[in-house]
Amino acid sequence: MTILINSKNQQKESLQPKGFLRYFSFSLDHKVIGIQYLVCGFLFYLVGGSLASAIRIELASPMSDFMPRDVYNQVLTLHGTIMIFLWIVPVVNGAFGNYLIPFYVGARDMAFPRLNAVAFWLIPPSGLMLIASYFVDGAAQAGWTAYPPLSITTPQSGQIIWILSVLLLGGSSIFGGINFIATILKLRRPGLKLMQLPMYCWAMLGTSILVVLSTPVLAGTLILLSFDIVAHTGFFNPVLGGNVVVYQHLFWFYSHPAVYIMVLPAFGLVSEILPIHCRKPLFGYTTMVFSIMGIVVLGLVVWAHHMFTSGTPPWMRLFFTIATAFIAVPTGIKFFNWVATMWGGKISINSAILFSCGFILNFVFGGITGVALAQVPFDIHVHDTYFVVAHFHYIVYGGSVFVIFSSIYHWFPKVTGKLLNEKLGIFHFAITFIGFNLCFAPQHWLGLNGMPRRVAEYDPQFQLINQVSSIGALLMAVSTIPFLINIFISVKNGKKAGDNPWNALTPEWLTSSPPPVENWKGEAPLVKEPYGYGKTIISEK
Amino acid sequence: MTSIKNSSEIEKSSQIEEHHEDFRMFGLITFLIADGMTFAGFFAAYLTYKAVNPLPEGAIYELELPIPTLNTILLLVSSATFHKSGKALLNKKNADSQKWLLITASLGIAFLICQLFEYFNLPFSLTDNLFASTFYALTGFHGLHVTLGTLMILIISWQTRPNGGIVSFKNSFPLEAVELYWHFVDGIWVILFIILYLL
Repeated sequence: MTILINSKNQQKESLQPKGFLRYFSFSLDHKVIGIQYLVCGFLFYLVGGSLASAIRIELASPMSDFMPRDVYNQVLTLHGTIMIFLWIVPVVNGAFGNYLIPFYVGARDMAFPRLNAVAFWLIPPSGLMLIASYFVDGAAQAGWTAYPPLSITTPQSGQIIWILSVLLLGGSSIFGGINFIATILKLRRPGLKLMQLPMYCWAMLGTSILVVLSTPVLAGTLILLSFDIVAHTGFFNPVLGGNVVVYQHLFWFYSHPAVYIMVLPAFGLVSEILPIHCRKPLFGYTTMVFSIMGIVVLGLVVWAHHMFTSGTPPWMRLFFTIATAFIAVPTGIKFFNWVATMWGGKISINSAILFSCGFILNFVFGGITGVALAQVPFDIHVHDTYFVVAHFHYIVYGGSVFVIFSSIYHWFPKVTGKLLNEKLGIFHFAITFIGFNLCFAPQHWLGLNGMPRRVAEYDPQFQLINQVSSIGALLMAVSTIPFLINIFISVKNGKKAGDNPWNALTPEWLTSSPPPVENWKGEAPLVKEPYGYGKTIISEK
Repeated sequence: MTSIKNSSEIEKSSQIEEHHEDFRMFGLITFLIADGMTFAGFFAAYLTYKAVNPLPEGAIYELELPIPTLNTILLLVSSATFHKSGKALLNKKNADSQKWLLITASLGIAFLICQLFEYFNLPFSLTDNLFASTFYALTGFHGLHVTLGTLMILIISWQTRPNGGIVSFKNSFPLEAVELYWHFVDGIWVILFIILYLL
């Protein structure tokens, strides 16, 4: 079968454009699609980042003087939507998943290559549509949560375009999820057992299960919301007898797992990067697998902790507090496993491992504030304040985005055959880490003192801290420059990396860099111990 | 001895690989689970409304049983006829298979006609009240699935034609895929019928 499929693919492949142009084509090659996801996501990251900078400029002074208030609402809505649906979700899932999973399972492509290409090509149009909505009567203003009745009463065209765009992105995400599940479970090389797979496969399996189970619920909810807006039904409109809390339940049934959809793949990527650069086996492989699956199960039953102030009954508060606190257990296991992996290892200090360590530090901090937020009395105090903003960004920026950068430094030689410049990389890490913490750590204080989020104006007593935060944001914006310079210089003139610059044992490094079209020249290697460092003698070049 | 064992092992593994339909069907099942979750969301919303939101005074929300009962029977029979079609195809009887497919499609069309008839005779419309909206959203979303399914059955029945059709004993996956989808849509209807009409 594989041979048949391959010959078909090869025929298709020969019709596809070669070289740089293939990245603009409907390519079926999982490696091309992975890079398409990554570059497309990064471009949207630049857009979302510019919007974030605009927000921080506005918040540098207590008055609404940089932009009108309704534009501020649009900017924060677009910032949230773009960063979540067009940058982190497609990149940690689509980009790295597509590039790495077929290597890890010993396949030549994903299970459904055409579906894969469709999933990617849904993203650019929906992203552009979302951005373009700004020029049509203004973009959506109700935040990335689109809570009714706010989303019903704000200008309609922007909100409808927002819904359409998120529906398309959700579809893309579901197609990707189906593909990953089928590839990991059904396309494994003969002889390769599930418990021998690299950890990222497990992370993607868990993530894809969450995607397949929860994204459709969001789709259904948004369809109902669009009925409320266009056809004036009353599902979520209290004036017409509807129920806004039902929207919140359905929305968070997706959007809490969405946090795990953004961070579980990042866990997987870190678990790949750490053992290689510490020259030690991944600590506690089995517990890692079980904690991922534990997070998947628990992640589906904690959604109402976003709704402690929505009139939730006491039993519900109790249940969701306990369930949320429980999630700290598998997450904590993973954290200690990473530390134990590094413990006593031969750690080489490079940009990849620095970003991974940055992730661990930031994530622990975000995790602790997360457990704090799970407690009802505390949550009620800081609900809808900057404390939540800080917590969330510690998870998704300090967590996922740090891992994305770490992964780019780690796998750049795989994709291009060139090494990135380490000095620029370490400089990039330093200002990202300082800028990030300078930007978001003070926001905990702002939230504890009651500064509400999503408002363009604030009490002048908060000005100094907000300015500190804005300086941090400026540093984060600047940090993109050395990164981009690094990428452009290294693609052209980078130091030759060789096939396996890190002396890694995971399957993707056992082929040439960049890999051939069908991944392997001969048969796929059977890697039973992807983390066998210290056990196997590796020839040091 | 060992070499013989090895070669048989290799054969086995290549057989496993050659089992092509396996993961296409698996992908479809995964998709249907996702699709089912959309319905689950709708059902959850409806049940919550029923538990929490009282019907306002003067609002009309009444359903009659005869047409939906007939519709349930139509869909259940159509599931059986589709199954017959699949069996006929596996017995290399393309003409029979096509006949049963056309019967299934007409049952699907009959279902849709009955559904429309019910819509036109109900005493409430989409925006009248919360329950009216939910009723139309749920049955409409299911009706959309039936419509798509009927169209796919018509396409498949053309592809199953005895002379020159691409779906045959050797290539039965398209038919089996649509069949699974159709059973799924049926199953959803039964749940919908219980929740919306009987509860």
